[in-house]
Amino acid sequence: MAPTDPVHETVNAVYLSDSRRVLATLIRLLGDFDAAEEALHEAFRAALEQWPRDGVPANPRAWLVSTGRFKAIDSMRRQARFDPLDGAGGAADIAVEDAAAWADEEAVEDDRLRLIFTCCHPALAPDAQVALTLREVCGLTTEEIAHAFLTPAPTLAQRIVRAKAKIRDARIPYQVPTEAELSERLGAVLRVVYLVFNEGYAASSGASLTRHDLSAEAIRLGRLLYELLPDPEVAGLLALMLLHESRRAARTSPSGELILLEEQDRARWDRAQIAEGAGLVREALASRRFGQYSLQAAIAAVHAEAPSTSATDWAEIVGLYDALLQVLPSPVVELNRAVAVAMRDGPAAGLALVDAILGRGDLTEYRLAHAARAELCRRLGKTAEARAAFERALALTRQEPERRFLQRRLAEVTGGSDPDQATVDSGPARTTKMGAGRAGPAG
Amino acid sequence: MKYLCLVYLEQQKLHAVPDGECFACGNSFRQRGVLLAAEALQPIDTATTVRVRNGRVSVTDGPFAETKEQLAGFYLLDARDLNEAIQMAAKIPPAREGSVEVRPVRELNT
Repeated sequence: MAPTDPVHETVNAVYLSDSRRVLATLIRLLGDFDAAEEALHEAFRAALEQWPRDGVPANPRAWLVSTGRFKAIDSMRRQARFDPLDGAGGAADIAVEDAAAWADEEAVEDDRLRLIFTCCHPALAPDAQVALTLREVCGLTTEEIAHAFLTPAPTLAQRIVRAKAKIRDARIPYQVPTEAELSERLGAVLRVVYLVFNEGYAASSGASLTRHDLSAEAIRLGRLLYELLPDPEVAGLLALMLLHESRRAARTSPSGELILLEEQDRARWDRAQIAEGAGLVREALASRRFGQYSLQAAIAAVHAEAPSTSATDWAEIVGLYDALLQVLPSPVVELNRAVAVAMRDGPAAGLALVDAILGRGDLTEYRLAHAARAELCRRLGKTAEARAAFERALALTRQEPERRFLQRRLAEVTGGSDPDQATVDSGPARTTKMGAGRAGPAG
Repeated sequence: MKYLCLVYLEQQKLHAVPDGECFACGNSFRQRGVLLAAEALQPIDTATTVRVRNGRVSVTDGPFAETKEQLAGFYLLDARDLNEAIQMAAKIPPAREGSVEVRPVRELNT
């Protein structure tokens, strides 16, 4: 392999660190996603040609924005489709504008926020929001995104094309939402980020990614968002993701078997991520806003900081679930609360709550509801009911590691294992994820 | 840019939105200078659908499609962008009982 020249390496480094920022600004200046992307590529091509000759500019980002914009406007004029998008009339205006102003820190941060909020605009279909965010904000290729979501690449590509067309044709503005709209619009962004995280979480065994780990990408997105908008719920979501991620090494065995929270080797939990997550939780809760992500993160933090399942403050967890139900009233949250109640008050109390949920017709097709019921019945020595519930859960499970796990549990119950062996540590306590409306693997 | 706001409402919810409210809404848009046109429509029982196939005109009773929510009226508004159009649509009284579809108008290629 030929030795890379230092300027070439610098261009690569600048691409990795700044291409998304440059893109965000170019979208604002040119008023069009596709034009901005092309301008970005032209600018980097020009950098590869000119920087070896003229030296690396003092402000590479400003240079790239200015060059990209110039080339784009030049190209548009030549194609006689020039539309004065941001008030710049002609070549004279371009010369007069201060290139450095475009790379001003605050303006850039605003542009990155504009980009995120535009990609997550509620007028775009939810799966389009996810695809567009990964493509434009994170810089993943269409192929990488398609592979990660087990979707054919042409389908994904079409989804992105249609989303950009909608932005253009319906005139979705490239803006940060106003104060009044911010909380709701931020909710959409957080939903997208958490969805990406959950896809990465669930795909930890089977569909591995070519270059990008989706969970890591979501955390990176969360960090960016937190840097640009230190809102308590943003802190809460970042904390929640870090705390879930901290258990990655411990939640599957080397052979890919699922390990329940209470059976995980806590020495394998990432303490740095836990410390960071717990710190963010404290910060989020101090705001007294108590949003859904902050509360879910708080629950995860109680688990993360407990030395063992038996030493976990289950009363506090139940209290947090009570608060969570206020902001996110859902049967799945009720189910998780029931599991925590079982740990605090004994399996009979938990089973009563689970039966109440199923009895009114909720979660009857939700495998984790039946799995939880099965575990509680098992601990109460109700072997026949446990068996039936495990079988119901199995019938509803699609993921291989979960199937094998449930099959083992079913075998234990069918083999007539001693219910007295069920200690607090083998209880059904699992932190299932609720934000995306579906639960991930138990761990 | 012009946006057409199509108001869809279930037959039995028509009464839940008094005409007075819709009238006031239209006036408010007019005063802001953003109203290009707005009308309430008679219910779908009064609708007639016309098709021309192979030069033959076919006339049938009823709307072009039977839907639970039916087209009850429209507002043609001038908005800066989709966000503004959405804010305006949210003020249309039937939005709280039914649905308002917001569609950008396209200039014809002549």
